[in-house]
Amino acid sequence: MARAVVTVPARATRGEIVEVKTLAQHPMETGFRRTQTGELIPRDIIRRFTCTYNGTEVYRVELHPAMSANPLIAFSTIAAETGTLAFQWVGDNGYSVTETASISVE
Amino acid sequence: MSLRTALLFAASLLCARAGAGEIPPSERRSGYDLMSRETRAMQDDDATNPGMLWVLDGETLWNRKAGAADRACSDCHGDARESMKAVAARYPAFDAALGRPVNLEQRINMCRSKRQKAPPLAFESRELLALAAYVARQSRGLPINITIDARTRPFLEAGREAFFRRQGQLNLACAQCHDDHWSGKLAGSPITQAHPTGYPLYRLEWQGLGSLERRLRGCLTGVRAESYPYGAPELVNLELYLMWRANGMRMETPAVRP
Repeated sequence: MARAVVTVPARATRGEIVEVKTLAQHPMETGFRRTQTGELIPRDIIRRFTCTYNGTEVYRVELHPAMSANPLIAFSTIAAETGTLAFQWVGDNGYSVTETASISVE
Repeated sequence: MSLRTALLFAASLLCARAGAGEIPPSERRSGYDLMSRETRAMQDDDATNPGMLWVLDGETLWNRKAGAADRACSDCHGDARESMKAVAARYPAFDAALGRPVNLEQRINMCRSKRQKAPPLAFESRELLALAAYVARQSRGLPINITIDARTRPFLEAGREAFFRRQGQLNLACAQCHDDHWSGKLAGSPITQAHPTGYPLYRLEWQGLGSLERRLRGCLTGVRAESYPYGAPELVNLELYLMWRANGMRMETPAVRP
């Protein structure tokens, strides 16, 4: 199961700074750990997180080993117009999760 | 000795006595009260509480048909938000067929094998933790409510005995840390009073959700004692005692702990 939860305020006034919180379900295996028999556990992490607001990129993160499992990424953006925020997490082993949230701006 | 000194001396004696016994109800604290502001904020907001990922998975599993009987939990129990309200707050509960208390995870597995005709889920597996978290989430904010009767009393006493028994190479009893020194610290981290208010909970150290039995096994290894396997009656007795000891405290599932 690959799940992500995003929280965006449902409505905002134009020009307001709104907080966006995202939580992605991922083990974030660093690639530095070994099993009890000494074999290296292959790396399995999220590499990139992006957020677009009505098609314009407003936030991007590149992730590396040593990030916690189930990373919580919170950021703020300016409520410019009514529309959709689209989120995408991309990582190793073909991991790709997308999520959207709508915001109504008055 | 002046009167003042005598009073102080008497008070310190009382404190010492209180420190060496069980924690009085007014002094009880959830692990929540002893952790940092940041971790508390993480738990309080469903948008940042990683335990909610398991709760959401649990909701999916609750409604998914499984086993030879091709039934979902919801086919018998309906909407968990109604039917599972306050259920986790009274577990471990006595099972008449087995003649001993069973914890929530064991109850879920018994339901799976008897009603769904499905193979039991492994302890600490993602699915079992998700279902347990989803069921226990329905008790959040409700008081722990363990009732002890003639059938469960021997198991409670066995759990209490285990809590006060010194064990392991370090020769420590649970009570020595969790009753006598809960206001102190161990390796920089607060020692808690061991009230299981938020299980299964998300532990930052584990980087995932874990059950109360995982926590107990960790503690047993910590005092260099040989741990019991998951589902062992000894662990369930201890769970029963700890839940009974926390009677009346609010459930926090899914809690977040450092």
